[in-house]
Amino acid sequence: MTEQEQQLLLEIADDELILGWRDSEWTGMAPLLEEDVAFSSIAQNEIGHARAWYELAARELGTTADELAFDRRPDEYRCSRLVVLRLVPDWAATIARHHLYETADEERIAALKQSDDPEIAGLAAKIDREEAYHRMHAQMWFERLQDEPRFQTALAELRPLLDVRDEHTPELAELWEEMTVVRRSVAGATW
Amino acid sequence: MVTEEQVWNALAEIPDPEIPVISLVDLGVIRSVDVSRDQVRVEFTPTFLGCPALEVMRDAMAARISALGADAEIQVISDDSWSTDRITPEGRKKLRASGFAPPAPREVGGPKLVQLQSNAFRCPYCASQDTALENIFGPTPCRSVRYCRSCRQPFEQFKTI
Repeated sequence: MTEQEQQLLLEIADDELILGWRDSEWTGMAPLLEEDVAFSSIAQNEIGHARAWYELAARELGTTADELAFDRRPDEYRCSRLVVLRLVPDWAATIARHHLYETADEERIAALKQSDDPEIAGLAAKIDREEAYHRMHAQMWFERLQDEPRFQTALAELRPLLDVRDEHTPELAELWEEMTVVRRSVAGATW
Repeated sequence: MVTEEQVWNALAEIPDPEIPVISLVDLGVIRSVDVSRDQVRVEFTPTFLGCPALEVMRDAMAARISALGADAEIQVISDDSWSTDRITPEGRKKLRASGFAPPAPREVGGPKLVQLQSNAFRCPYCASQDTALENIFGPTPCRSVRYCRSCRQPFEQFKTI
């Protein structure tokens, strides 16, 4: 695996971990019970994908998936600024992010399926089968909201954030504090 | 000395942790069993990557193989080789009998929203095709929720993977 590929895997894993966390914030908060179920399930899938990509990268880097997910400093994360945003309780913006992310992610996975590394290609193919359901969910909501001005405004505002990965807002550090508070709570614990 | 057949039989007794009516063999997640002396190597293909039952399945397989007096090596294969098409005919029958609609066959190009929203899915209770999509997602990653307009029963539909 090239260094470039390792970095790309970390980018994807960080995106999926952070987005999974943000999606899980809708559990019990969504405007419809069915969407509590949907976003909770999507969150679970995304964190499962993050783990799989971290495991692949960790083997190359001589570390573990947990260490990559939780023991780096916030400024070392390679996730997109789009996934970092805490969007609860803005449903229109959440659906706009869902649509933008899934569209971009589909292209990225399609490219990874063509990787010369059979493990990367195989994992991408597996993940693509699961992501197909996220895309259908995003599509269903896109069709429902596409004529709403609030949704259109959110799309326009969020779109430029998709490719911003080098500078993070304090929101990521705040999220990292929450995400790792238990892991850091007992010195030297191996869990 | 353990035989391959003994291992398959032992694995066939392990229920799926979330849908205990079917076994891991019915689910089609065991790709191969390889026995050499007292070493048993099992290739295991996870269903959904975020499924919390995966560790339980792996530990249960290792425990059953140890009980046969062999050392178990469970190799997890995270590629595209598991599909819901690998659920056995017996497994599909058991699913339907417990109120889970078995998955539709995998198709080229993957599933489409318009298909899920169509009435191409059969109610496991009354066999009517007059069913509607309630939610693409359900209580576990592998299931969707549908509603049968004919017998007015909600039911869980396996996603096609």
